[in-house]
Amino acid sequence: MFRKAQGCCRVAASKRLAKCLLRPLQPAQERGSIPPRISPGGGLCPVNNLVSSPTSAPSAGRQGKRVALFATCLVDTMRPTIGFAAAKLLEDAGCIVEVPSQTCCGQPAYNSGDRKTAKALALQMIAEFERFDYVVVPSGSCGGMIIKHYPELFAGDPNLAGRAERLAAKTFELISFLTGVLGITGVSATFDGTVTYHDSCSGLRELGIQSQPRQLLASVQGLRLVEMKDNDVCCGFGGTFAVKYSEISDKIVTEKSNNVEASEAGTLLAGDLGCLLNMAGKLSRQGSKVEVRHIAEVLAGITDTPAIGKAAPAQEVTP
Amino acid sequence: MTAHSTTKQFKSNATRAIADTQLTGNLKAVRQNFIDKRAKAAHELPEFEALRENAKEIKNHTLAHLDLYLEKYEAKVTETGGHVHFARDAEEARKIALEICRKVGAKTVTKGKSMITEEVGLNAYLEANGVTPVETDLGEYIIQLRGEAPSHIIAPAVHLNKAQIESDFRRVHTHLDPARDLTEKTALLTEARAVLREQFLIADVGITGANFLIAETGTSIIVTNEGNGDLTQILPKVHIVMASIEKMVPTLEDVSQILRLLARSATGQEMSVYTTLSTGPKRSGDVDGPEEYHVIILDNGRSAMLGGEFQDMLRCIRCAACMNHCPVYHQIGGHAYGWIYPGPMGSVLTPSLIGVDEAGHLPNASTFCGRCESVCPMKIPLPKMMRHWREREFERNLNPAVARYGLGFWAFFARRPKLYSLATRLAMKMMKLASRGKGSFRSLPGVGAWTKHRDLAVPEGETFQAKWKNARRG
Repeated sequence: MFRKAQGCCRVAASKRLAKCLLRPLQPAQERGSIPPRISPGGGLCPVNNLVSSPTSAPSAGRQGKRVALFATCLVDTMRPTIGFAAAKLLEDAGCIVEVPSQTCCGQPAYNSGDRKTAKALALQMIAEFERFDYVVVPSGSCGGMIIKHYPELFAGDPNLAGRAERLAAKTFELISFLTGVLGITGVSATFDGTVTYHDSCSGLRELGIQSQPRQLLASVQGLRLVEMKDNDVCCGFGGTFAVKYSEISDKIVTEKSNNVEASEAGTLLAGDLGCLLNMAGKLSRQGSKVEVRHIAEVLAGITDTPAIGKAAPAQEVTP
Repeated sequence: MTAHSTTKQFKSNATRAIADTQLTGNLKAVRQNFIDKRAKAAHELPEFEALRENAKEIKNHTLAHLDLYLEKYEAKVTETGGHVHFARDAEEARKIALEICRKVGAKTVTKGKSMITEEVGLNAYLEANGVTPVETDLGEYIIQLRGEAPSHIIAPAVHLNKAQIESDFRRVHTHLDPARDLTEKTALLTEARAVLREQFLIADVGITGANFLIAETGTSIIVTNEGNGDLTQILPKVHIVMASIEKMVPTLEDVSQILRLLARSATGQEMSVYTTLSTGPKRSGDVDGPEEYHVIILDNGRSAMLGGEFQDMLRCIRCAACMNHCPVYHQIGGHAYGWIYPGPMGSVLTPSLIGVDEAGHLPNASTFCGRCESVCPMKIPLPKMMRHWREREFERNLNPAVARYGLGFWAFFARRPKLYSLATRLAMKMMKLASRGKGSFRSLPGVGAWTKHRDLAVPEGETFQAKWKNARRG
């Protein structure tokens, strides 16, 4: 089980300050809410809840691959559950998962026209992550940034182009890594309910992620997937677009949430937390009962945490 | 000066558009039709993807040698008895057109659908100089009656519904029986056809655009569905083609490949109803055709795009697939963009032609969903070029100060992982505390633009990295 912070920061004074401020607020239930790795709970197979295709590399061949998990800044800050779900899926598949120091891939700067900051953050990522066999990201958007846009950012730079390209070549979005690299064809999680899946834009169009999540969802026991209308149309998030042009964004996400409701699914899944926060926020505002989760949570069988934007059922925090 | 722009007011334009339920209803009614038809047409042609690649290469080659092809084209047109006029900007193009009209004492000019004449503001100029332009494409005719600009590059009146059009016809066609029945679409069409037929017969000059100019033969091509373009260019004594420099294609073989993509991408047709090739004036022995054939080739900022990061935009063949698939266009329609070219292609082209100072909103008003690029027959990297415009704006501090400072503040932390870790842990704890056990914020200071329309999920409380460290030390 998890322990309280022992100090994540080497700046001594800051560390003490952080401890003082942070420790009392760490809710007990929450620490317990993330199941330990390879847990018998949540309908998971205690040893390995993943199923490989007979044609894929034998599992021994991928044992011991050192995989760096880049959680993304949104998962890191808003919903660590997704990071643990991703780690569980990877470890169940025999990978050695590490979580190097990380902040942001630089996409907000890149898409805001600030190439200098984008490059600085990309370089920070490269330096920290290039020593691993693979880098896995539970987001098509941030994955796409590293895979498609890092090489573009450093194109023509004799010192960095090669490093950016090498990192891009070993970086994968989580679901496509499980299916495409590890040859996973199914999981042994269970989920009792009807879900609909939103194809997030970058994953879909930059990385070609469309059939893979559906393939893995099909293996979840008890889960029924219903496709909503326009499942491949943008949810209106677009990073800073959602606040810069909030009215247009609102109209787009309203159509999306209406399509989600019309699908009559009880749970909405997607592979990008940005999109999920946007759609969950709209559904919540509309008073919808639909639960919103990252697909990794369902595949890893970690669905005992409250859905995105939902309160914990019990008396969770009493400040 | 080119046509008047309201792109600086993009946000208020968009707000107005969103509030206009008639407009949004009209847009919604046609949206799926374009998407489904294009998808079907692309699916049914096995070589569609290969054609896209070929078309891209053809245009890239042409743009790389555009000077040579323009010269070749000019020589060919001259050889066939036509005249080529090069116009550096909108004003020159307008003047050349007016001069040709004046030489033949033109009173009435019929027009085929042409975005370039919209770009240069030709109609207003001709009118101010005593020449009456009559739009003969049905959509263009309707918006001319309303004094509007096109809201879409191939369906200029797509923002209107039948009732609105009927009301315009009744308002303008006062010579017709007020009791006539116009409830059927065909009745509107028949009425427009009858009114326009008179104009075709009295027109002194016909002005069309061009979808392509063929260097090999000196030919201009128009791609239409109504037949009005043919009547515009065949019946009057003088035919003026106004087209921009990037319409050039080397050979007929080349254009035949691109034509296979154009209608499929635009309307989902295999070919449009009419694909009309015009080469020079009427020859002795020809049964019809104009006595004079002029081509006005417009630059208006495009040559400055050659060799730069926006050159790929010059591959555009104006099929409108990008706007037909754009979630932003779907919500606000074309007029909100504030200038001639709406949707993703406009968001790249407009800053190139009227300046990013003026059109700075457009490349920002995109979610970068990439659907435009995925359907572009010419494989134009539209999001990438919108990003390039954002870079130009950032370099020149043209984006709003609040966005710049916000970005700078965030970057300060993101570039210092330890400080970031501390700051995010504190911030998440505080947010969690502020939530008082709720799952979502209905409002939160500093993120009002978000919470105005949607709730904000409360973070779990601890950061992933901190939790991970704790867990792995356990």
